[in-house]
Amino acid sequence: MTYELRAFATVIALALCASVGAQTSVPEIPFDVDADVLKTTLDVYVGEIGGVGRNSRGQIFVYTRTGHPYGTLGDNRTFLRNGSKLFQFDQGGRFVRELGQQTYGFNAAYGLRVDPQDNVWTIDEAANQVVKFDAQGNIALVLGRKPEAISVRPREPGAGGGGGGGGAANRPPGSGVPGSSFNHPADVAWDKAGNIYVADGTGTNNRVAKYAPDGSFIRHWGQTGAEDGQFNGVKSVAVDAQGNVYAADIGNKRIQVFDADGNFKYKFAGVGTPQTLCLTTGATQYLYIAHSGDPEGMDDATIYKTKLDGTVVGKFGSAGKLPGQFSLVNSIDCRSENDLLVGEMANWRVQKLTLKQR
Amino acid sequence: MKRRLTVSLTLVALIGALSLVFSPLLPPAYAQTNRATATNVPVIPHEAVPFFKNTPGIYTGENMGIATNSKGNVYIYHRANETRLFEYSPQGVFTREFGRNIYGFAFAHGVRVDAQDNVWAVDEGTDMIIKFSPEGKVLMVLGRRNDPVEQLSNMPGSSAFHGRNSRNRFGRQTDVAFDQQGNIFVSDGYFDARVVKFDKNGRFLKAVGTRGNGHLQFSTPHSIAADWQGNVYVGDRGNGRVVVLDNDLDWKANYTNVGAPWAVCVSGGPVKTSAKQYLYSSNSWSDSAPAEPMAWTGEVYKMELDGTIVGRFGKAGKAPGEFATIHAMDCRDPNVIYTAEINNWRSQKILLKPQAATASRN
Repeated sequence: MTYELRAFATVIALALCASVGAQTSVPEIPFDVDADVLKTTLDVYVGEIGGVGRNSRGQIFVYTRTGHPYGTLGDNRTFLRNGSKLFQFDQGGRFVRELGQQTYGFNAAYGLRVDPQDNVWTIDEAANQVVKFDAQGNIALVLGRKPEAISVRPREPGAGGGGGGGGAANRPPGSGVPGSSFNHPADVAWDKAGNIYVADGTGTNNRVAKYAPDGSFIRHWGQTGAEDGQFNGVKSVAVDAQGNVYAADIGNKRIQVFDADGNFKYKFAGVGTPQTLCLTTGATQYLYIAHSGDPEGMDDATIYKTKLDGTVVGKFGSAGKLPGQFSLVNSIDCRSENDLLVGEMANWRVQKLTLKQR
Repeated sequence: MKRRLTVSLTLVALIGALSLVFSPLLPPAYAQTNRATATNVPVIPHEAVPFFKNTPGIYTGENMGIATNSKGNVYIYHRANETRLFEYSPQGVFTREFGRNIYGFAFAHGVRVDAQDNVWAVDEGTDMIIKFSPEGKVLMVLGRRNDPVEQLSNMPGSSAFHGRNSRNRFGRQTDVAFDQQGNIFVSDGYFDARVVKFDKNGRFLKAVGTRGNGHLQFSTPHSIAADWQGNVYVGDRGNGRVVVLDNDLDWKANYTNVGAPWAVCVSGGPVKTSAKQYLYSSNSWSDSAPAEPMAWTGEVYKMELDGTIVGRFGKAGKAPGEFATIHAMDCRDPNVIYTAEINNWRSQKILLKPQAATASRN
């Protein structure tokens, strides 16, 4: 047997193993879909869905990229304005109102979560801010600060950068500055006590930051890398009923699990490239993990359902633009375990998926 | 010392190159391709009829795209302060607007209506194509706007030709067309130089073309139309030719004698009938409205689908019935041509009287 032939045989054997594994490992979860959830009049359009979430009454909130980000001209610096809006819809998906009109930091929607008290939290990756709206639509807490100006010319040597950053010289890359200097934050979650966890994020920071309910900084953990406790893009965060913290480590294609103090507990892979997480709230909790395997999410996409230890229960959906297909899922609402809202960036829509028991 | 010398030489070379680019002695770019070579083309008499009526407070800017639906409504996609998409009644009265403040509208380029009267807006500012239902609801989007956060790092100035040729994203794409199966054809564009075919559900099927002037190359594929057999007509503006492709995007023919095809249109509308189809191509006056080429640009050619010229009409100018840089045409009825024009911020409804066509010197 020549070397080439042996190599060829090995490849065949590997391919067989892989295909058998793929067939047996992950069952498809059947579902019904409504791809036309959000209904608006002609003066309101939703664009890329940064985040979607329901409150306890079933009202739907969407933080979406709509209109255009503007840079002002004629000043000695250029200021970023507009670009994203926060919309409220009723239980049937009909547009009710806009919240946060003309507020300071709505530029590039990246996430939205509704907490157990029905507060609505927006995450903006351009403004580097996490903003809490109470159930009446008033701003209750602001974490992070929007950079005062945006750079529109090559940075001169020695000039400082604005907003966030990778930390000072003595800190490991990506570990961030203690506090709320975010760099492209991606997600927010809470534990039972109301402590706040921010995934920070998708820029130069690679950390999870924890704050008290009043917004005061408690601790943070993580740095850039592939070791346990390190991240290559913290894209999403969730906290279970026991206070364990789940972080979607997109670049390392894994989920890492920490205790409430940030101590690494375990990790799991096999859920593709995790874009966002949603943790169910029932007696037995499950994770939904959205996978997008290519930059446009048009070739390789699905949503996995796993147990908290990472055991995959099943998966559903595929890449594309038809109902039940996904292109860059960036947000899942799983307040009801088998009745999901799924928001997509590239398809500009929210779909309602009703999972069926097999 | 040696290094400094090299730097200064480079600077001299750069300045030299720049002065060449901006030299007024060189012929402007439009001279190369914007001159039709067809001769003895009959002139088709035409007239512009007063039509579009805007209500107070409603203005259009540069009219970049125009299309009718099966009921006679007219859509104009234009660059006002914001890029906007207006709907007019069959009588030309402004009725409503689609896509106000939508994420995908930044810099209008084209609009087309498909067989189901869905309205497709082609925006070269956001690299996106948006499919609206007849009621103005978003049904599908193609392409993806560059992430604004990533764009910040690209400033200042505009980004350059990239030729990214990403399957599911565009590079300042210009136009869209549909065949009888609902497959989607996109001319893409200023940065890419290709024609892309998607199935009716937006799934990428195939792309052809690179930048250049050779076989199956494009230099700003600027407009696209399909006939009922599924052939695709690409206005290869920079190369001054209409490139004909079959349904699989294999090359069929080049029509090289009608100047620079800024806008192409195949008559008959999106739904197949027994009518005969014609191809219209506009050799448009340059968008900066230069005086010199007015004498040999501005006309629209009417052709058989095989490229045989039937006649021509119009000339460059801003008076009614003249054309101030046609950027798009609708020719659902082969004798009623709607023209969207950049330079006078207007669209016109043009009636043709082909039976009265007379031979004329070109």
